[in-house]
Amino acid sequence: MKAEASGTLRAFLLELAVYAVFVTGYFFLVLHFLSGWLQDLHLHHVKTYALVAIVLIIGQAVVLESVTTWLFRLLRGGRSE
Amino acid sequence: MFFPISNSHISPIYLAVSGFVIGILGGFFGVGGSFIAGPALRAVGLDWNFAIGTDLAHIVGKSVVAAKRHRALGNVDLRLGFIMAFGTMGGAEVGAQLIQMLKRAGNVNLVVSIVSIAIYVSISSFMIWEAWRTLQFQKKRRPRTKVPGTTAKEDESSFSHRTRAIQRFHLWPMISLPTSGVTAISLWVIVLVSFIGGLFSGFLGGGAGYIRMPMLVYVLGIPTHLAVGTDLFEIIISASYGTFSHATKGNVDILIALVMNTGAAIGAQIGAISTQYFAGPKIRLAFVPLPLIGAAIVIYTLMTGHKL
Repeated sequence: MKAEASGTLRAFLLELAVYAVFVTGYFFLVLHFLSGWLQDLHLHHVKTYALVAIVLIIGQAVVLESVTTWLFRLLRGGRSE
Repeated sequence: MFFPISNSHISPIYLAVSGFVIGILGGFFGVGGSFIAGPALRAVGLDWNFAIGTDLAHIVGKSVVAAKRHRALGNVDLRLGFIMAFGTMGGAEVGAQLIQMLKRAGNVNLVVSIVSIAIYVSISSFMIWEAWRTLQFQKKRRPRTKVPGTTAKEDESSFSHRTRAIQRFHLWPMISLPTSGVTAISLWVIVLVSFIGGLFSGFLGGGAGYIRMPMLVYVLGIPTHLAVGTDLFEIIISASYGTFSHATKGNVDILIALVMNTGAAIGAQIGAISTQYFAGPKIRLAFVPLPLIGAAIVIYTLMTGHKL
């Protein structure tokens, strides 16, 4: 039981580390390039900005959910929970 | 990190960690978590209008992740979620109009504060009473034995006799919710429940999951695990509507919401998976502090004049 718990904790920490690398890359690559365009939309095309905002947040959530599920499966040998 | 839309400097690690904590709560309890996200964004100097709008956008992303996970676990009633979305949006509009009326009358802060404290404390008191009674009843009935074949998802409530009376209320059209195990219930009861949730969302801000999740359990008779998952699914639709409305008014910094969502994505999954290990009454008992935290924040604001 104790060994199982420490194994789960180790897998979780590994997941966090891999995920943190992905997310840091994402911050610097994607968000950096998007910020100028989004600011322009926010100032001059507010309705388009509102639509783009919803598409971005839902799109990112779907992608992140898939990435985290894939990481869970990969690092726990096929188990997702 | 500089966020040009709201003209603010905020650490991305702070945002991701805040999102992670709110994600766990959201995934486990089916709430938006605005009572934490709003103050967390205010604490780093974001203006109130951006804090409210950005929080709603972040709620959409976090709810997508948590609802997807709950759907995979069989905890989402899509039919109920779609019906509720309409009532919620109507209620949110009426709530926002009420706020405008109170603003014109000049006593919006006092009225909203008193109403919210009364509601938060009532929900917590009722849930602690009900969940405790149900747990005591279960202990007496099944002393120290686990019935083979039972799972944490099988739910019961000491309030279920009232719930059954509500389900017997015949007002056309009657619909069935097979996923939730409800054979027949009036459509108007569902619309009314979602309308009240939306009303509080528009009136008090946030997603109002602290009132909708208990109503799903006690009024509609939805099992707790399904109430959590369905509430999250419904929040995606209603919070998207709120995000669009706030974004057109210039109140959403989507870059901040996207960064928060990177932490929320992993937190929401942990929260959703954790529900599988707890029975309904225990989830409801653990829910009790959430409305009380909301009440404490409002009391602090009333006494000091500073918004958290």
